[in-house]
Amino acid sequence: MSLFGLVPLVVFLPLLGLALNLLFGQRLGERFTAWVACTAAGLAFGVAAVLAWALIQSPEGVVVPLAAWMHVGALDVPWAFQVDTLSVTMMLVVSGVGTLIHIYATGYMHEDVRLNEDPGRYTRFFIYFNLFLASMLILVSGDSFLTLFVGWEGVGLCSYLLISFWYEKGKDGIGNALAGKKAFVANRIGDAGFLIAIFLIYTNFGSLSFETVFARAEELGPAIAPLATLITLCLLVGATGKSAQIPLFVWLPDAMAGPTPVSALIHAATMVTAGIYMMTRSHALLALAPATQNVVAVVGAATALFAATIAVAQNDIKKVLAYSTISQLGFMVAAVGLGAYVAGMFHLVTHAFFKALLFLSAGSVILGVEAGHHHAAHAGHGAHAAEPFDPQDMRNMGGLWQRMPVTRWVYLIGAVALAGLPPLAGFFSKDEILADAFHRSPGIYLTLTAAAFLTAFYMTRQVWLVFFGQPRSAAAEGARENPPIITAPLVVLAALSIVGGALNLPGLHTLTTWLGHTLGEAEVGEFNLLVAGLSTALALAAIALAASFYRARPVAPGVVDPLRAILGPLHLGMEKKWWVDEIYNALIVHPYVWLAQRTAEVIEMRFWHDFVHERVLAGGFTWLTNVLAWRIDIPLVDGFFTGLARGVRRLGEGLRRLQVGYVRAYATVFLLGVVAALGYIVLGLR
Amino acid sequence: MIPTAYFVGLSALLFSIGVLGVLVRRNAIIVFMSIEMMLNAANLAFIAFARAQGSLAGQVFVFFVMTVAAAEVAVGLALIVAVFKSRHSSSIDSLNSLRG
Repeated sequence: MSLFGLVPLVVFLPLLGLALNLLFGQRLGERFTAWVACTAAGLAFGVAAVLAWALIQSPEGVVVPLAAWMHVGALDVPWAFQVDTLSVTMMLVVSGVGTLIHIYATGYMHEDVRLNEDPGRYTRFFIYFNLFLASMLILVSGDSFLTLFVGWEGVGLCSYLLISFWYEKGKDGIGNALAGKKAFVANRIGDAGFLIAIFLIYTNFGSLSFETVFARAEELGPAIAPLATLITLCLLVGATGKSAQIPLFVWLPDAMAGPTPVSALIHAATMVTAGIYMMTRSHALLALAPATQNVVAVVGAATALFAATIAVAQNDIKKVLAYSTISQLGFMVAAVGLGAYVAGMFHLVTHAFFKALLFLSAGSVILGVEAGHHHAAHAGHGAHAAEPFDPQDMRNMGGLWQRMPVTRWVYLIGAVALAGLPPLAGFFSKDEILADAFHRSPGIYLTLTAAAFLTAFYMTRQVWLVFFGQPRSAAAEGARENPPIITAPLVVLAALSIVGGALNLPGLHTLTTWLGHTLGEAEVGEFNLLVAGLSTALALAAIALAASFYRARPVAPGVVDPLRAILGPLHLGMEKKWWVDEIYNALIVHPYVWLAQRTAEVIEMRFWHDFVHERVLAGGFTWLTNVLAWRIDIPLVDGFFTGLARGVRRLGEGLRRLQVGYVRAYATVFLLGVVAALGYIVLGLR
Repeated sequence: MIPTAYFVGLSALLFSIGVLGVLVRRNAIIVFMSIEMMLNAANLAFIAFARAQGSLAGQVFVFFVMTVAAAEVAVGLALIVAVFKSRHSSSIDSLNSLRG
């Protein structure tokens, strides 16, 4: 057991961190909070590293039970951890990148608190951040679909909490909250699919633990193809929600409303990869459902291309990266669909490196530009301060190459890695996916290649607009570099982006072997020079094209991108994200809201409230009490007793008239009485 | 012989006059006199029937009645005096404090 027994710490350390911050963070201040949160994350990474070390010795992995949880009838789900190469890989990525982002966030959120004078925010942020880490680690270390789902829901919750972190800001003072809500609802739809899959799994396999389910599935073999297809399609729905694929990706661009560390951690490196992890974990089921594999591959490739087209036309620095994430997730999902699980996981790891790097660097750029804006505003340009200024709009940037010495390099490294130029990490991982696609499905290969071309194009466009040319606003002119607490994690991530390719170099195939212990994959993708050469050439061509295009046509703030002149209405569609949100609103949201309002109006208000409650129940009751009171109680009951009293009084009054006090009257009555009595006696005797 | 009926008739007449006197007259003493007259009317009836029966019982009863009448007058006159002292009126109509 030995070192494997440490695995619960991976989850409990972040939970301990969050508990400490919850109890003491507010009182003990920013430094305490920051230290606790980062240490918890760092220690979790340490434990993951130890587990990896232990796995090297015995790579088959173990299940480490912790406690009993549910035992209801035939369902037995314990709290247990699965320590194998797949889960440990995810743990390392999550906790490693997570720790770097925690460190970055301490500096980033410090600025936010300073500008807004709201110290409670700082503690709240790191509580949520640690909670996210704990949930994600539960997700990747669980040994059953149900424990995975617990983590799944947990990260969904944290995503909501962190997207709406600045809940009073955003469009109309509610925009951020709405973005969080959108993320939660979209995720929920995916979760519904996932739950149905879990129900189907339990009903048909009698258990929810991975080992049991996959073993039984393999036993039953291809005979259960229809069932496996259904289950895996439902799992796919769950994955499209969490990993932002078509049709449920719409929440991710809106999620950029959250602070940049949140975008980096949750929406680039970790939470969105949960869907990929889940599908990879269920590879045994996927293998039995070739129909679903096709669907998965098509969904992934389509998403990759679709999102890449949108990214080309975006002006907000984070939106470009958001759509880029959706596109890269499409690559990973396509890899899973093609059966190239190792390629998918490899790309997941490298993408975590360079996408987190890009987001954090974008955050650094934004901070620099905001600092420049402040200086410009304070330097007496009163007019500028009054204008609404968007520090995230790339058209307001430019010329930052000279002004941000560290950020420029790390951003460039991240962009090149994403574009997939050798020898950076992105080249190797993306190339492995392309090579697999080339062999298995030409259509997918062409789609992914087109997406890769566009990736290189939009990243070059972004780098050019942000860093090169002349500064296009006073803010860009006054931009300055950020302190080391911000730039140091960037440097680490840049280094990882450069050397990350070593994880699975063609020839060495370290990762393939490593993951093969869990995924059972024997086949090793050979290095295809044609594919590699073609993708590199295309990437270089795209870079050259974008650089020359934007060098020749300077962009001005608030002006339409020069690409519009070339592509015309296509570009409009790309900028408007192909009107996906508008279509969803029109087709789904508005009818639903209309239906809900009609239901509320007719059934709830008019029927239940007005009719049943007011007229029938309240009205009927009031009528009954009225009748009882006015028709029965007052006339009959009261009347009876009042009448009785009145009768007695009248009798009394009547009898009173006898008491005249007049002696002679009494005497007369005597006489009459005597006469009557005597008369009776005398006459009655006859 | 005078028929007994004449005596009884006279007795009845006297009794009626007495009753009327009690009922009609206001002065208390006159009421007493009327009561005496009623009593004497009763006496006359007694004697008439005693003569008719040839029995002395009726005549003895007259003595009883006379005694009672005397006692009653004594008490009654004392009452009238007491009433007169408090009310300063000898009209029986002034005794109306039991009026309801």
